[in-house]
Amino acid sequence: MNTFTTNMQLVYVLAAACFVVGLHLMNSPATARRGNQVSTAGMIIAVLATLVLMIHEGTVTAVGWTVLIVGTLLGSAVGLWSARTVQMTAMPQLVSMFNAVGGGAAALVAVYGYIHDESAAGGVLGSTTVFTVLDVLIGSVTFTGSLIAAGKLQGIITGSPVMIKGGRLITAALVVVGIGSAAFMLTTASLPALLLVVLASLAFGVLMVLPIGGADMPVVISLLNAFTGTAVAMAGFVINNWALIIAGALVGASGGILTKLMADAMNRSLGNIMLGGFGTGDTAIAAAVSGDVQVRTIAADDAAIQLAYASKVIIVPGYGLAAAQAQHGVAELAAVLEQRGVEVSYAIHPVAGRMPGHMNVLLAEANVPYPQLKEMDEINPEFPRADVALVIGANDVTNPAARRPGNAVSGMPILDVDQAQSIIVVKRSMGTGYAGIDNELYTNPKTSMYFADAKKAVAEMTAAVKTLVG
Amino acid sequence: MSTALVTDLTIFVLALLVGIEVIGKVPATLHTPLMSAANSIHGIVLVGALLIGATAHTAVGYILAFVAAFFAAANVVGGYVVTGRMLKMFRRKAPVQAAEPKVPVGAGAEHQSREVGR
Repeated sequence: MNTFTTNMQLVYVLAAACFVVGLHLMNSPATARRGNQVSTAGMIIAVLATLVLMIHEGTVTAVGWTVLIVGTLLGSAVGLWSARTVQMTAMPQLVSMFNAVGGGAAALVAVYGYIHDESAAGGVLGSTTVFTVLDVLIGSVTFTGSLIAAGKLQGIITGSPVMIKGGRLITAALVVVGIGSAAFMLTTASLPALLLVVLASLAFGVLMVLPIGGADMPVVISLLNAFTGTAVAMAGFVINNWALIIAGALVGASGGILTKLMADAMNRSLGNIMLGGFGTGDTAIAAAVSGDVQVRTIAADDAAIQLAYASKVIIVPGYGLAAAQAQHGVAELAAVLEQRGVEVSYAIHPVAGRMPGHMNVLLAEANVPYPQLKEMDEINPEFPRADVALVIGANDVTNPAARRPGNAVSGMPILDVDQAQSIIVVKRSMGTGYAGIDNELYTNPKTSMYFADAKKAVAEMTAAVKTLVG
Repeated sequence: MSTALVTDLTIFVLALLVGIEVIGKVPATLHTPLMSAANSIHGIVLVGALLIGATAHTAVGYILAFVAAFFAAANVVGGYVVTGRMLKMFRRKAPVQAAEPKVPVGAGAEHQSREVGR
């Protein structure tokens, strides 16, 4: 390493420091925007430093420059367009696509590095081979896995678990082929072996995500995010660049933490999720609700009276709310209630939505101020003081059956909606949630059901409150 | 093990620990923007794509560099823009248009800007 490249590594460390500070500023909504700006500045520094390095080295051919510039500009245009136009409900798909391209790019870096070094004198070094294989393996799995996840979220591929006959056997065979080729590469530099690892990993990524159900998507996205970070860090080892190593490790840590939080919020182990679970039929044990269930229904006017004369209302939004595009309507209802002096807050379960924190973004988009968005641990003690809990499009996360052992949701942390003085549930039908069991909250004597599409129901309630109170 | 490898591994492990420490403090409210921000950070792989393009001189090399640069650029640009877009939505107070006419005009309007409250 000469003086110039050493100095460049220091510039990369500066960029990495910007990433850490940027992530640190994300610990509060008030400073988060500045965090993103600091992080962006770090990225610009890193890319500029790389350009300086490339010009200094002077090895880039004219074709090389053209290829890089055209590729970068086209990629930037696609990224910019998708970032500007994406609906907030479609954020999980976009994040998944970014995971895919990030992992894919990391794998390509390693493949290129291998081809390049193989032709050089001395071949590929032992430790480089290890990192190359890891990068290619993780990067390729992430690439196809994220594409399948995005397809499931977008509805192109069915959201329910897809079980392929003999899938386990194929997966096992792929693992053997992948590890076998990798082991072979440790002793002999072989490009075909590396390509075999790529193909096995790409197929493995598909088979890994296909059997996972739609409700488990928050975990899957987090896990693939962690994978992408790790793949990028491995690419950093391959090309010996600190910026990639540090940035990759940060993302790996972030994805890992979120994966654990999401799995805990569903009281399921990662292994259980990866092997396919909810919706496969074998976990759905009927809850203790008897056949002659009595549910009370409520009309918009009565719901409006309850809401308008309450002093504290807690709104419990679920994915059904987002699916019905009712977040703006809910925010309007809340605003009307607040005008009357009603205290309104939102109880947000960690897995509400299709990715970690998704519901918060959807409500923020509908102009709900973030101090009203309460996390589960914060809001649960407040339910007994709430006059009305308004559940909109949430199901399994409110099921009191989770407190008892022996059913599909047992042990899952839930929102204590049943503790509220009165409960109004907006739902299209008595249909079950992802866990496939009846929700005992609906048969609670304090509960009234409002059968309607979330958007329509909220609009009706808002109109009724307005008429009622003039 | 070479010194360079030991250095790289040290940096990796320490960065992982820093990441766990820093990210563990992010509230659930911001988990989606956090993941999106992490997404843009792994767009650093663009640097890797540029560096491989720097030594490419064969057709295969050019193709790999092109695809890698395309992927990484989409990742980094899209990631930062969409994170910024999301964070812009998080406000401490409801913006003016959500308020009912009952509120006296002008009262509090000056601090109900579209910016994130601080």
